[in-house]
Amino acid sequence: MHEVMGMAKLIRKRETLLFAIIVVMIAVFSTRAADFASPDNLAGIFNDTAILIILALAQMTVILTKSIDLSVAANLAFTGMAIAMMNAAFPGLPLIALILAAIVIGAALGSINGFLVWRLEIPPIVVTLGTLTIYRGMAFVLSGGAWVNAHQMTPIFLSVPRTPILGLPVLSWVAIIIVALMYMLLRYSQFGRSAYATGGNPTAAVYAGIDTGKTKFLAFVLSGALAGLSSYLWVSRYAVAYVDIANGFELDSVAACVIGGISIAGGVGSVAGTVLGALFLGVIKNALPVIGISPFTQMAISGTVIILAVVFNARRERNRGRIILRDRAAAEVAA
Amino acid sequence: MSMVSAPPGKQTSEKRVIPNRLGTPFRRILASWEVLLFAVAVLIFIFNSLASPYFLDAWNLSDATFNFTEKAMIAFAMALLVISGEIDLSVASIIALASTAMGAAAQVGIGTPGLVLIGIGTGLACGIFNGVLVSVLKLPSIVVTIGTMSLFRGISYIVLGDQAYGKYPADFAYFGQGYVVWVFSFEFVLFIVLAILFAILLHATNFGRQVYAIGNNDFAARFSGIPVERVKFILFLLTGIMSGVAAVCLTSRLGSTRPSIAQGWELEVVTMVVLGGISILGGSGTIGGVVIAAFVMGLVTFGLGLLNVPGIVMSIFIGLLLIITIAIPIIARRIKAMSSR
Repeated sequence: MHEVMGMAKLIRKRETLLFAIIVVMIAVFSTRAADFASPDNLAGIFNDTAILIILALAQMTVILTKSIDLSVAANLAFTGMAIAMMNAAFPGLPLIALILAAIVIGAALGSINGFLVWRLEIPPIVVTLGTLTIYRGMAFVLSGGAWVNAHQMTPIFLSVPRTPILGLPVLSWVAIIIVALMYMLLRYSQFGRSAYATGGNPTAAVYAGIDTGKTKFLAFVLSGALAGLSSYLWVSRYAVAYVDIANGFELDSVAACVIGGISIAGGVGSVAGTVLGALFLGVIKNALPVIGISPFTQMAISGTVIILAVVFNARRERNRGRIILRDRAAAEVAA
Repeated sequence: MSMVSAPPGKQTSEKRVIPNRLGTPFRRILASWEVLLFAVAVLIFIFNSLASPYFLDAWNLSDATFNFTEKAMIAFAMALLVISGEIDLSVASIIALASTAMGAAAQVGIGTPGLVLIGIGTGLACGIFNGVLVSVLKLPSIVVTIGTMSLFRGISYIVLGDQAYGKYPADFAYFGQGYVVWVFSFEFVLFIVLAILFAILLHATNFGRQVYAIGNNDFAARFSGIPVERVKFILFLLTGIMSGVAAVCLTSRLGSTRPSIAQGWELEVVTMVVLGGISILGGSGTIGGVVIAAFVMGLVTFGLGLLNVPGIVMSIFIGLLLIITIAIPIIARRIKAMSSR
């Protein structure tokens, strides 16, 4: 049953393959634009992709529990608007308070999703399709449709994510720290293991004493909190807040997960895969203008990549381990 | 979603009779989703006519129907798809692609019949594409259609960029702007005809029973000899065609095509289906419910429009409507379970 360990396994791993594809892509693009593969440009691409990486990890946690969070981008828009307005109205507020506020507001919006999924057992896709429009609508109600522009924001609010530390901007470091934290959380914490179990085999998870509903709730809260954190990074990076920011970004976060080998059926996937999935999209996005392709093609490319990735994932999932316990008991206990 | 309670009858009876149609007591009919929804529609109607003096006017009401007829056409097909346990999130993008194809054809001088064929044909092609991915390659429809949602609209963006197509032939305007008799627009009449056709398909044919069977228990359906994958394929195809039809109507009504056409409609169509009492988990619901839901959503948005509520605020109401309508029966069941304990 066990496969031979070592090189063969490493090559067959999704993460290795994806990494190789990204390297080849960068090599090909650098034949068209010589400095595409320069360390500076690569660092720039990573910095550009930092927010997508954070949101994709948020999405991944939710998907692991057999759910989906389509409201992450709307959450980002609302929370970003809220803290930008706070910053504009009370310039004296310390930045740390605003960032904490962003995380708390984001987590609160996430907990609404989580509550509806956990307590009312409404399917996650319906809940988050609904809250997607509600949160973005609330961003409009909050701002009255007005923009918060760079000159209304305090200098420190704008400068922190750009400040370089050891050659990389703070924005990149935040992404790196989140990646490390998420890796430890999902691999070593009780919540992380419960998340995998909840999605992998809900019935067995229930028998093992895992509260699958609560695990989903916590995943949504975490997703909301990360969306809240991203909202500050987004508003500060682009120096503007308006109702439509990050419109459609929820699909990019799902795309990064699917490309990274996260099974939409739950329970399968790694932090490394998600990060590589996000970087894959980031490289393409940055390469299009360099190789002279219209940015309008990007949407079709991500669509094609999502479909190809799903086809590819399905192949792999077909020979997954046996599921000994049928889903019935889970439906009775939690669903 | 629906829990089948064990019949309280005697298990030992000599001959078990399984009736085709269970006798439904009057109280059950009154408490059915469709009747409740109809009551809501009437209430909104009364509220609107009190809130705005302009509401109760035949032409005004006729205008209001444009708010939902195109979405409802897709919702009928989507209802069948959701009953079978699948979903199609790419419908709005199919509209964009079909509209772009029609626009491109109109620029080279193709006439109205050709444009209609191209619009519906594009929808059909997109439906086949989704259908192949879901029922031949056996991929989960949620992710597949999230992918095709960006692919189809993405192609429109590649073709059009920030441009728009105009210049449609004059008689092409009939589908979105013409009237059959008096205040009854072509779109409204088409909506009624399609509602009847889909109601017959779902409630009076073999195919319809198969759709319910698949949604209730895909496994059992397969063992009963139902060609599950073929039925699902046909449903994706139907949804594609209906999106093409909606694209013809919408393009004709607007008289122009941009890649952002019908943006976000997938949400409204799904909301309409769920509001109509179709279980998002599959297996139950009626076309009648979807028809009433279409009226409810049309009346709500039109009423809010008369009160000068901006579109994005209306979307909050739509989102709330979606969640509340799903939550209410769940909460009601909980309360019932608690009080009977």
